[in-house]
Amino acid sequence: MSDALLQIRNLRIEATSYPPGEAPRDVVLVDDVSVSVEKGKVLGLIGESGAGKSTIGLSSMAYGRGGVRLTGGTITLNGRDIRLADARALRALRGREVTYVAQSAAAAFNPAIKLMDQVIETCLAHDVMGRAEAEARAVMLFARLGLPEPERFGQRYPHQVSGGQLQRAMTAMALCPKPDLVIFDEPTTALDVTTQIEVLAAIKEAIRDTGVAALYITHDLAVVAQVADDILVLRHGKRIEYGATEQIITAPKEAYTKALVSVRSIEHVEKPDAPAVLEIQSVTARYKGTNFDVLKAITLDLPAGQTLAVVGESGSGKSTLARVITGLLPPAQGRIRFAGRDLAPDLAARTRDDLREVQMIYQMADTAMNPRQTVGTIIGRPLEFYFGLKGEAKRKRIQDLLEQIEMGKGFIDRYPAELSGGQKQRVCIARALAAKPKLIICDEVTSALDPLVADGILKLLLALQAAEGVAYLFITHDLATVRAIADRIAVMYRGEVRRYGTKTDVLTPPFDDYTELLLSSVPEMKMGWLEGVLDSRKMEAAGN
Amino acid sequence: MHPVLTLVVQRVALGLLLLLAVSAVIFLGVAALPGDTAQAILGQSATPQALANLRAEMGLDQPPLTRYFQWLGGVLTGDLGTSISNGTDIASAIGQRLGNTLFLAAWAAVISVPLAILLGLVAARYNGRWPDKLISGATLSAISLPEFVVGYLVLYFLAVKWQLFPSVAMVFPGMGMMDRLNAVILPVIVLVLVVLAHMMRMTRAAILNVMQSAYIETAELKGLSPMQVIWRHAFPNAIAPVVNVVMLNLAYLVVGVVVVEVVFVYPGMGQYLVDHVAKRDLPVVQAVGLIFAAVYIGLNILADVISILANPRLRHPK
Repeated sequence: MSDALLQIRNLRIEATSYPPGEAPRDVVLVDDVSVSVEKGKVLGLIGESGAGKSTIGLSSMAYGRGGVRLTGGTITLNGRDIRLADARALRALRGREVTYVAQSAAAAFNPAIKLMDQVIETCLAHDVMGRAEAEARAVMLFARLGLPEPERFGQRYPHQVSGGQLQRAMTAMALCPKPDLVIFDEPTTALDVTTQIEVLAAIKEAIRDTGVAALYITHDLAVVAQVADDILVLRHGKRIEYGATEQIITAPKEAYTKALVSVRSIEHVEKPDAPAVLEIQSVTARYKGTNFDVLKAITLDLPAGQTLAVVGESGSGKSTLARVITGLLPPAQGRIRFAGRDLAPDLAARTRDDLREVQMIYQMADTAMNPRQTVGTIIGRPLEFYFGLKGEAKRKRIQDLLEQIEMGKGFIDRYPAELSGGQKQRVCIARALAAKPKLIICDEVTSALDPLVADGILKLLLALQAAEGVAYLFITHDLATVRAIADRIAVMYRGEVRRYGTKTDVLTPPFDDYTELLLSSVPEMKMGWLEGVLDSRKMEAAGN
Repeated sequence: MHPVLTLVVQRVALGLLLLLAVSAVIFLGVAALPGDTAQAILGQSATPQALANLRAEMGLDQPPLTRYFQWLGGVLTGDLGTSISNGTDIASAIGQRLGNTLFLAAWAAVISVPLAILLGLVAARYNGRWPDKLISGATLSAISLPEFVVGYLVLYFLAVKWQLFPSVAMVFPGMGMMDRLNAVILPVIVLVLVVLAHMMRMTRAAILNVMQSAYIETAELKGLSPMQVIWRHAFPNAIAPVVNVVMLNLAYLVVGVVVVEVVFVYPGMGQYLVDHVAKRDLPVVQAVGLIFAAVYIGLNILADVISILANPRLRHPK
């Protein structure tokens, strides 16, 4: 361990929190974490949000986001302690010895500067090499990362390339100045699953070819298992388990790690066929002022009390379908039948019962609630509006709903800011449930949540379905979620339904090309999965 | 056609349309005033017959719409009419005045715009620390004082007490460049102090707003110095809001400097307008109003065009 590139010992990181209406107080974000990275090795940092992964990652550049302070321990990089180094010394090492790849490359690139100038900026600022040499190296990295037209790619602006390409460009930017260590902070989390696998493979190859060491931060154990040599499991800023990847995946010691490994353990057997509550009949839709059909002759049925999962990548038309069903976007053609009657195309023409019986839950529970209303007011609103409940009767019903979402009566007077991400989503579920709907449209409701929390939400949704007989139209890009909850599945691609049927039918071969690609791109929690998939794809391509 | 060109052409066309509308409003406003040019020339005691003769001679008996188009046609061919108070050609009188005003405004702009942006960048760099407080405090004090107070303070110290510069900004045709500059230095100082604070504070606010972006963190993690981060990464994304405020202030330098011109007895457009309003010289008021409107609209179009050109999404579409 003596030749460790980065050695963190007993690291303590604090920040000042300003809770509304209370005195500011110091909170400990990272407590007594020790870890080391040797030259050319990849360390995976894994944990749910708030575990301190990014905070530890940035501490290896002695950088504290916002008011974050590195208050204890040592951070030894290339043999010297950088925790208390001055600004000049830090500037000399940032971008030279350690570089950073952010989660959202789309936000991390400056929109006003050409990609090439941003990619080589670090090389020039630190006098690593001259402009011509840096540009040549950038083009070489673009090519190695599989970017289109590597010679000309750098002449574009960030908005002119796709999200997956930007993420690769960011990796090129991090590798360009030949650093000793690269911090990858959730580099594939914001990408579609079919893009994620390509970017992941490109990053892994680039790490191997350049021999650089890396910290790979993610909440997805299956992803980190593909790239890391060692894994550090974190929770609430503390180290839970630290070991070789093989050991963490196959023989975890701690209970929390075991839960992470076995997450998505829900076994859901599809229900027998039943009469449809929702029939979507050859619906075509387009947005105002465009001449492009976002939905092309979609026909789907959702049996009463069951779950139809709509899967696809971004831009496939999933959310537009939800807008059409709720009446926010009247379809250009086709009709929607609901509970045996036609639904008016436009929201304004629907009856109060139409509105009551179709409810929605959103991806961002945060923005779907008024931050200045209490949980009681939020859940009570549909009770007043649809059922005219008041006073004690309303309060009693709110408390029943809170019991149903497993939160307890005590939450009735709390504000959204006081709740965790999972609790916020539960309140949104209670609000939808309060209207006694026949159909709830769930738009990526677990995408923003940590795996274990998401698991809890899915279990709750299944329990509520069994108790209330409500049907779900479940929009997601995550196939593991689909397996856990769906009775029927529709695979969407570019506004069309590529595959539709019961869960068993859709997930059983033979597959169409797109479904095959989608299914094989979902990371599996075993080492070597990535190479296996890529090899079999290459062989197939060669065979054709 | 490139989409940016389309946008720019649209903006310019819209500006011309707006200018046409403003010309109609100016014409109607002046026409709606009690009394007309003939009355103003002949005075209250004129006989109806004399008035009618003069109106026929000047074309004032024509319907307003005809007179509007005659006036507009004149404006487009460079004929702004004749002043009734002294019978001179308005266009040539204004030409010289406008030149003086633009000279003063240009020097004030050349000094104040880069200075305001530089001070804004420095204030943003040291946000909340003493350089920021000093810059903000000084520029806010300057803007809080009325212009004539600033003017008289500058006069008292620089012209009277220390006798560094002339107290009266006299310029005349044929004057040499250095003499001219020496003459206008005091009004330029006052104008710079008046417009500095607004532009500086907008620059500071726009930069601080951009500094919240994720790409600023990227730049910091590249090991760039704070000033490099602000200048190369923040400023290009703050141009649009800054340009809008800069143009408003430039317009003010042309159309709003009456008080400063009076304090320094400077023969510019403001004084010219005030003199002729007092004399009820309606053709002059119309002409000056139209020129002021054209300056205002022109500078705002320029601000729009620069904002469009500064946006890479518009400049380089997918």
